[in-house]
Amino acid sequence: MGKVFAFHGGIHPPENKKQSTRTPIRPAPLPKRLYLPLQQHIGTSASPLVNVGDRVLKGQMIAEPVGRISASLHAPTSGTIRSIGPHPVPHASGLESDCIVIDSDGLDEWEEHQGLEDYTSLKPGALIDHIRRCGIAGMGGAGFPTDVKLHLGDDHIVNTLIINAAECEPYITADDMLMRERADEILGGIRVISHLLKPSHIIIGIEDNKSHAIRTLRTALKECELNIDIRVVPTKYPSGGERQLIQLLTGLEVPSGKIPADIGIVCQNIGTTAAIYRAVHFGEPLISRIVTVTGDAVAQPQNLEALIGTPFADLLDAAHVYEDRLYRLVMGGPMMGMTVEHDQIPVIKTTNCIIAASRDEMPPAPPEQPCIRCNMCEQVCPVTLLPQQLYWFAKGREFDKAKHHNLFDCIECGACAYVCPSSIPLVQYYRFAKSEIRTEEAEQHKADHARERFEARQARLEREQEEKEARRKARAEEAARAQKARKAEPADTPTAAPALDINALKTAAAVARTKLKKAQKALNTARESGEGDLPALEAAVAAAQGSSDQAQHALEQANSSTASGITANVDLKQLKTAAAVARTKLKKARDALKNAEDKGLEGLDKLRATVTTLEQKAEAADQAHQQAEQAATPADNTPPTDLKALKQQVSIMRTKLKKAEAALANLEGEARTQAEQALTELRQRHAAADQAFKAAEQMQIEAAAAQGVDLKKLKVDAAMARAAVTKLERALGKTEDEQERTALESQLVTARDKAEQLNTTLQQHAPD
Amino acid sequence: MSLIRMSSPHVYKSNTTSNVMRLVLIATLPGITALTVFFGWGTLIQILWAGVLALAFEATILKLRHRPPGLYLRDGSALVTALLLAVAIPPFAPWWVTAVGVFVAIVIAKQLYGGLGQNPFNPAMVAYALLLISFPVEMTRWTAPFALNGDGWPIASFVDTLGAIFGSAESLWYDSFTGATPLDELRHRGGLTTEEAWRQSQVLSVGIGAWYAVSAAWLMGGIFLLYRKIITWHAPLSMLLALMICAGMFYGFDPDNYASPFFHLGTGATMLAAFFIITDPVSSATSNRGRIIFGASIGILIFIIRTWGNYPDGVAFAVLLMNLAAPFIDLYSQPRSYGHTTANKGRGGKA
Amino acid sequence: MSTVITAILILFGLAVVFGIILGYASVRFRVEGNPIVEQIDALLPQTQCGQCGYPGCRPYAEAIANGDAINKCPPGGQSTIESLADLLDVEAIPLDAEHGEEKPKMIAFIREDECIGCTKCIQACPVDAILGAAKQMHTVITDECTGCDLCVEPCPVDCIDMIPVETTITNWKWPAPTESRNLIATDRGRGLQQEAH
Ligand code: SF4
Ligand code: SF4
Ligand code: SF4
Ligand code: SF4
Repeated sequence: MGKVFAFHGGIHPPENKKQSTRTPIRPAPLPKRLYLPLQQHIGTSASPLVNVGDRVLKGQMIAEPVGRISASLHAPTSGTIRSIGPHPVPHASGLESDCIVIDSDGLDEWEEHQGLEDYTSLKPGALIDHIRRCGIAGMGGAGFPTDVKLHLGDDHIVNTLIINAAECEPYITADDMLMRERADEILGGIRVISHLLKPSHIIIGIEDNKSHAIRTLRTALKECELNIDIRVVPTKYPSGGERQLIQLLTGLEVPSGKIPADIGIVCQNIGTTAAIYRAVHFGEPLISRIVTVTGDAVAQPQNLEALIGTPFADLLDAAHVYEDRLYRLVMGGPMMGMTVEHDQIPVIKTTNCIIAASRDEMPPAPPEQPCIRCNMCEQVCPVTLLPQQLYWFAKGREFDKAKHHNLFDCIECGACAYVCPSSIPLVQYYRFAKSEIRTEEAEQHKADHARERFEARQARLEREQEEKEARRKARAEEAARAQKARKAEPADTPTAAPALDINALKTAAAVARTKLKKAQKALNTARESGEGDLPALEAAVAAAQGSSDQAQHALEQANSSTASGITANVDLKQLKTAAAVARTKLKKARDALKNAEDKGLEGLDKLRATVTTLEQKAEAADQAHQQAEQAATPADNTPPTDLKALKQQVSIMRTKLKKAEAALANLEGEARTQAEQALTELRQRHAAADQAFKAAEQMQIEAAAAQGVDLKKLKVDAAMARAAVTKLERALGKTEDEQERTALESQLVTARDKAEQLNTTLQQHAPD
Repeated sequence: MSLIRMSSPHVYKSNTTSNVMRLVLIATLPGITALTVFFGWGTLIQILWAGVLALAFEATILKLRHRPPGLYLRDGSALVTALLLAVAIPPFAPWWVTAVGVFVAIVIAKQLYGGLGQNPFNPAMVAYALLLISFPVEMTRWTAPFALNGDGWPIASFVDTLGAIFGSAESLWYDSFTGATPLDELRHRGGLTTEEAWRQSQVLSVGIGAWYAVSAAWLMGGIFLLYRKIITWHAPLSMLLALMICAGMFYGFDPDNYASPFFHLGTGATMLAAFFIITDPVSSATSNRGRIIFGASIGILIFIIRTWGNYPDGVAFAVLLMNLAAPFIDLYSQPRSYGHTTANKGRGGKA
Repeated sequence: MSTVITAILILFGLAVVFGIILGYASVRFRVEGNPIVEQIDALLPQTQCGQCGYPGCRPYAEAIANGDAINKCPPGGQSTIESLADLLDVEAIPLDAEHGEEKPKMIAFIREDECIGCTKCIQACPVDAILGAAKQMHTVITDECTGCDLCVEPCPVDCIDMIPVETTITNWKWPAPTESRNLIATDRGRGLQQEAH
């Protein structure tokens, strides 16, 4: 029996444990519906693996862990997934959070599952993975995923394994009953943990008010090969706090901001050990736990083995609650537990106790009185803080000072609030201060981040501006150069030729020119040397000249048509935007005018004038837009040419042309002349076909563009109409004046009509 | 189902401020009894008078500050203040001296600073110091203990005392019932050694017993408070020890010129101060360590003022001085918290 | 006479000596703090909304450093004013209502099926919190949005809403115990009051 140390402070609240230890643990009745919050543990929420309507079996994994610190979730019974969505969860805020809701089918049908045959032969990683898959999280208070703690052996030297069986909070007896009835499971679990962590010794810390449990454990330990030390600590709240228990059993303090493993200690709750045992030996995931249901408002306080997800109401019914007496429902102990407002809140992995308290048992706190600095809180604080100072700082929002006074070391045990003669809700002050500080830090972080982004954006804009400038300059230079070049050789191709078809034409023209040049050259050499078939060559040159001219012509034509197409397009867009902007401005001005009229502000006339001008402008813009659109529409009406056929024709001709050209190279004399004539003919036909094709394609593009613009415009108009409706609705909500209301209402009706009309048109025209 | 939502903890020790104050009042009973027995009815009358005034002032000012008077009056802190002031001033002090004192204590030193919990100075001591400076004659005219007034149990009768306080008595009447306190006597001894003064002065040689008895009574009350965990040992013990050590050192070296430590502990307001005045939680340092520093400093200051100062007893001034220093002590006397290797010092945050 | 002269000389000498010491100290121990503008900027909320009348927080920080009032930033609200007052050692004054009121935290939300992809909001957003390309649907990156409101106005179809940041169990804060408990005994909760559900 080792030495037991002491920690500072502590209190002795009335225990109220006897009530719930009279009867053995009883399985709770199977609930009809279970609510399983996705986050029952510290860390990231689990992510659902099932869909609404799926049938799940008992023990089937229904949500998987996300990231390292997370835990999986299993169906506690068989049934169908009813929904996945927000439901009230046990949380101090009383807010809702995502839950998987299962309608149980009453069969309680297990999924195929089996334990590990011999876990000692497994690699530690595999064993821990198995435990992770079973969704085990600390069952004492915080719900820290157990597998993470079991991995601690990897980067820490673990000397001591502490099993926390202190259960220092009043009322709770879940661990006590577990020890009395399932000591073998506990030992089995300890064996597994000890196999993983290889500590040099193991201590079970237990308060001296659980003599029955101590006896049972001692008997069980007699046959155990492990070096387990049961240490009985005096009953004093909060000896079950992890850090306090460590101090009690080892005399060491866990440094502030560190974890016990940093000083070679790992702490596990006794309930968790049993869960590990079941997971390893039977392959059962964590789907149920022992819950103490107690308090003056239940007739039969007792410990129930409840499925995770069981609504509190079911458990309260099982313990025969007196509805009329129930005043406060607490999950957890009276010192650190949280109140729940809703009896459909489910049992989660950390629910060790439900106290249904009557008003006499937990009366509303008396009003807060001024702190008289009596120092009683300091006497009991297990962390040796100065609660009275922390209170002043929290109340005065002097968070820097509170932090300096180690606010974040406060374990929120409530001992200080328990003794405070002025009934100050000290713990709430600390929680408030802590969350304020955390938010402030997060906000600071966000602000810094925003500043970075802002500055980055600023820099980018500057850079872009510079680049634009540079590009503009480059373009200007280019243009100047091009101008010069054009002056020097007027026959040169114009520079602006963005479209692909134009490119093709251009290439064709260039090819024709090159050919012409070659032919000319050949002719010249022939003339010089006086050899060869001069007239034939001359004819060839003339033909080449013709085709080149033609190509050039085609190119120019195409160019101009595209250019006009583009300008038309651009114009239309600009006009549209201008019209939209004008409309918006008009609307805004009208709003302003109305506002001004309401308030009888000065400058009304001016505003009116503005509105009129704007109205005119908007009209003009609209008209311009519509005209432009109409101008663009005819393209729409041209019957679409059979583009495919045209294209085919062109490519056939091109092939023929190529073949002919190849043949030409091999031919001599007269045959060649003939061939050349044929070739020229071919070329002409090809060029014509090509041109027809290109023209058709162009038309198609234009038509498509017009159509697209139309659609877009429709969409914009519809959106704007909708916006107008909302705006009007909002305005309507704000005004109270009768007259105005009627006016607005009539406007609203028109606006709605318009919006609807536009919407229907839009739907008709929508591409699919 | 509509249940309530609250922050934990959900249970409380039934231990209210008014309970604390009630226990303090109970703890003063031995002292009051001793004072009445040895110095006559004056103390009792003063306590009643001061108590009534204190409640009246407190209620009025709470009304003016728009606070519910019922709730605040029930905490009993005004009564405690009035009581401490009443036992500190001479039993025959005229009614208006008490009235001024209570007014200063409750209205100025307490409520104007924001009420209970906000006052930087001990209200009773503020009032006492002010009275001492303003009305030196009335404030130094202590009742002589019964032992000096003749045979039997010759204290002034209740009616006479009432008359002396609320009317005015002949100076001759005063003379027959009042006298210097032992501390006065020792201070104004001329060139005599302690030893000689002791022999010459009746107050010292005969009357001192009454003073010791009263001190013992206060000590009893203090032990009761310690037992009931209303106060902690830190401030009283350190104050008494510091006073004893200072006095002991000087007495050891020069018994002719300095009084014995026992004399220091047993006379004046030493015991009253140690258990009832410096333990006033509001105006003292707040941590255990801080209270040790606070108490010890008061002990030393009391010795210094008694020995070399202008006033015979230095409790009020010592307490006020240290009240002033309490926030500073608080800053530098934080305990070492769990998980920290050293205690944090200073105020933290941006300097 | 000579005593007077000696006295003057001594005083003068002392003045010189202390002057030298002080001068040295001021050079030697100069606090190499952040320039004040940086410090002010660090306290501003960086919403970049321009409600203060400056094109962003930094310009306002510069203006404050040059003596502008510290109460022009509504997003920062009273707490920012207080920390500024603390930093600059001036009186904390209430927020200047002319620049707006302190509002709960908001973020922008684009009703995506109404967005016409005009990119106007992208151009307005000071922290690049809007994602989208021309003619494509746009969306707000909630984590980056500072709630500055600047994108709402430019939207031609009014499809951007500012919605208050929703409280979930992850960002829920413990409220301070209610003041009323200080005064009157009620049978309300200990601090937290019941909310209607
Ligand atoms: S117990 Fe309460 S009244 Fe006493 S010092 Fe602490 S907070 Fe103040
Ligand atoms: S709640 Fe915090 S301050 Fe209060 S006793 Fe517990 S640890 Fe100390
Ligand atoms: S008002 Fe505040 S948040 Fe907005 S730009 Fe100015 S300083 Fe930044
Ligand atoms: S998305 Fe809108 S509200 Fe959010 S930061 Fe950008 S501009 Fe401001």
